[in-house]
Amino acid sequence: MPSALINVPSKAKRGDVIEIKTLMSHIMETGYRHTASGEVVPRDIITSFTCRFNGAEIFRADLYPAIAANPFLTFFTTVTESGKFEFEWVGDKGFSETASASITVE
Amino acid sequence: MKFVGCIAILAALAGTALATEIPQADRRSGYSFMGPDSRAMQDDDTSNPGMLWVLDGETLWKRKAGTAGKACGDCHSDARVSMKGVAARYPTFDKALGKPVDLEGRINLCRSNHQQAPPLAYESRELLALTAYVAQQSRGMPIEVGNDPDLAPFVAKGHELFTRRQGQLNLACANCHDDNWDRKLAGAPITQGQPTGYPLYRLEWQSLGSLQRRLRACITGIRAQAYEYGSPELVELEAYLMSRARGMKLETPAVRP
Repeated sequence: MPSALINVPSKAKRGDVIEIKTLMSHIMETGYRHTASGEVVPRDIITSFTCRFNGAEIFRADLYPAIAANPFLTFFTTVTESGKFEFEWVGDKGFSETASASITVE
Repeated sequence: MKFVGCIAILAALAGTALATEIPQADRRSGYSFMGPDSRAMQDDDTSNPGMLWVLDGETLWKRKAGTAGKACGDCHSDARVSMKGVAARYPTFDKALGKPVDLEGRINLCRSNHQQAPPLAYESRELLALTAYVAQQSRGMPIEVGNDPDLAPFVAKGHELFTRRQGQLNLACANCHDDNWDRKLAGAPITQGQPTGYPLYRLEWQSLGSLQRRLRACITGIRAQAYEYGSPELVELEAYLMSRARGMKLETPAVRP
């Protein structure tokens, strides 16, 4: 049951720089660890994070095994119009999660 | 004169008995030992990873389980009302069982008695999530453990364990957490070991973990054999620690390094 926490201000003034914070639940298993019996624990990580605003991509990040569990990604953007942020996390073992948040620009 | 002498000796004895115990006014949560970044992480619910478990717990609260086909919410309705203050009173003495039960134990008793569902494993995502969700309802409320006379003998046993030297390093919990909490161990602050935020997100674990996990890690650290999850010793230790922290505010889900 993966869950995401998103923090986007619900309102902003046109031209404001806003901070977007995202937290996704994921174990981020590196693929470098071994079990007690010596077998490799298969890699299971998020490989890509994308943020779109009204359909246009505004932020993308590639993730690698060194990134901690439950990745917390935060970034800034300038808002010019009201709309919807869509977030997407894609990873190993068919992991695919989405979340969204709306903002009103005055 | 004799009488006065007796009082003097009694006072001196009482003084030594409490010498290592931390006075109420000096009790500090692990939060106050952390750096500003870790504090900020705990304070903001959208950056506190413990909230991911709380969200899961909210889902599980409403999900039917077991052959009885009942969800937690079917009996307890809205956790935000019914579970408020509950975690601040745990571990509590269970009259039917004649022993103390911690929050994880209570959730599993509820599962077996009322939901007819198998108990959840300690440290499983589900049990941590439900415990975190229940405990979060008491966030900001003072810990109340330690007033129940039925619980007192178990708190005393926990205290005995807390002050007993053990392991290859021959250390008691009290040697660090009562006597040296204002110092450092390998550069990291020694805290008072106040269990105010469990289950909590430990950056080292990259996960939420229970107080029992923390206790087992500490016991392994002094190179003693750790008690099994759910063992009476760990529950007694939990009961003592919670009574030792009475009056302090719950922070669940806390963040710790």
